[in-house]
Amino acid sequence: MQSSLNKTFFYNAGDMVAFMARFFKYVFKPPYEIRETLYQCYLVGYKSTFLIGLTGFIMGVVLAIQTRPSMAEFGAISLIPGMVSVSVVREIGPVITAIICAGKIGSRMGAELGAMRVTEQIDAMEVSAINPYQYLVVTRTVATTLMVPLLAIYADIIALYGGYIAMNIHDNTSLRHFFVAAMHHLEFIDIFPAIIKTFFFGWVIGIIGCYKGYNARRGTESVGVAANSAVVASSLAVFIIDLIAAQITDLIS
Amino acid sequence: MQKENNDITPTTPPAETPAATTPDPKLQPTEPEPKSGKGEPIIVIKGLCKSFRDHDVLRGVDIYVYKGENLVILGKSGSGKTVLIKCMVGLETPDDGTIEIFGQDISRLSYDELNAMRLRIGFLFQNGALYDSMTVRENLAFPLRQHKKTMTDEKKEAAIKEMLDDVGLADSIDQMPSKLSGGQSKRIGLARTLILRPQIMLYDEPTTGLDTGTAREISDLICKMRRKYKISSIIITHEMHCAKATADRIIMLKDGAVYAEGSYDELESSDDEWIKTFFY
Repeated sequence: MQSSLNKTFFYNAGDMVAFMARFFKYVFKPPYEIRETLYQCYLVGYKSTFLIGLTGFIMGVVLAIQTRPSMAEFGAISLIPGMVSVSVVREIGPVITAIICAGKIGSRMGAELGAMRVTEQIDAMEVSAINPYQYLVVTRTVATTLMVPLLAIYADIIALYGGYIAMNIHDNTSLRHFFVAAMHHLEFIDIFPAIIKTFFFGWVIGIIGCYKGYNARRGTESVGVAANSAVVASSLAVFIIDLIAAQITDLIS
Repeated sequence: MQKENNDITPTTPPAETPAATTPDPKLQPTEPEPKSGKGEPIIVIKGLCKSFRDHDVLRGVDIYVYKGENLVILGKSGSGKTVLIKCMVGLETPDDGTIEIFGQDISRLSYDELNAMRLRIGFLFQNGALYDSMTVRENLAFPLRQHKKTMTDEKKEAAIKEMLDDVGLADSIDQMPSKLSGGQSKRIGLARTLILRPQIMLYDEPTTGLDTGTAREISDLICKMRRKYKISSIIITHEMHCAKATADRIIMLKDGAVYAEGSYDELESSDDEWIKTFFY
């Protein structure tokens, strides 16, 4: 029983790695599905802006409100913009954006491709001599890889604005002053690794969502399973990448 | 074919379980007849075996199809009919045996060569398999966009309208697949497949799940398309009205092996008890 479970685990792990490796084989190989990639960018990026913006705003507000009492105790109210900016840009912005994208985009891709598998639409592409991996997986994964970093930057900016609003509940500061103070505490080592890791977040969200859907078994139940496992696996992958990124950043700095 | 994994790679059937054939000598499976006036067969399947884990689905199937012929493969559910045609387009990999289409063994083709071969073969799925995020027009335009890159937009539009006229659904051009009935989905699926002008059509249960009238219309459409585009067809079905309307020749599959072969009338007059179950 244990041996069988191990075998299944290693088989699935190998299958997933092979699936991921195919991405690099096809991403540079024509035909380039520009139109479909742009459409996926629209779905992934533009359609997520409200949710990401709202979440970012709440993050900034909560962070500023929660830290204010402690900062006030040390007489360090003026450091709140810096504290908010470093927290948001380094960690909270990218990770929260990635987790929301894993839930919203990963599940959509898992369910969409799962339904296409179950209703034989992927097979129909295959027998029409259209490479379904290139058309469905590469386009979606490229879109998430490009859009998640943009969404993370957008979330960072909105979160800082949220922090500014929250700070003005008790204090009186100008937007310009808040942003100057926030930027003053940010260094290259805060911004650059945070942006780089969001590309990896985007890639794993896309590829895992597609993998789960593309390999859904027959039957409608598998569509739900694909969507659910896409969210779980991609969220976990985001945290693992974040851990590795934190270690690497620590070594560099 | 090389066996890779005992748990997931199916095995060939054991020698002691030969394929069962009908006791009626008139209905025994025949060999291809190169000098019959029909020319060389364009599809030759020899000794095809396919298993899933320890379940043998196909057990040494031999089939040939001539140019312009409609071959119906008849069998009950689970007899391996769909797996057989999926092997022909590379959606399933056979464990043993060969499939030669236009003289090329498809198991020896590279991915690009297989795709070139797939352009000559159309496949109509049981439910039409329309892309549900696209309108009917986009469903038909999609294969043209992928494979006819030099074709102008006007010509593509004309080809789409001609195909929709052929299947009698010109008015549905801007509808989404979710708004179509089962019969309409199959017609659009057929139009989408035929728009690339395949030389062979594979139909997977084209009339299953349809009312009698619509099923008859689909059967008539299959015959019409064959006449218009000179297509050879393999039609997988378990429904006799479809077989009667479309077949030049019928092969009956039982437990993954060819059980009997003949015309509709020959099979209908058979005394074989198992064959009789299809006709009554």
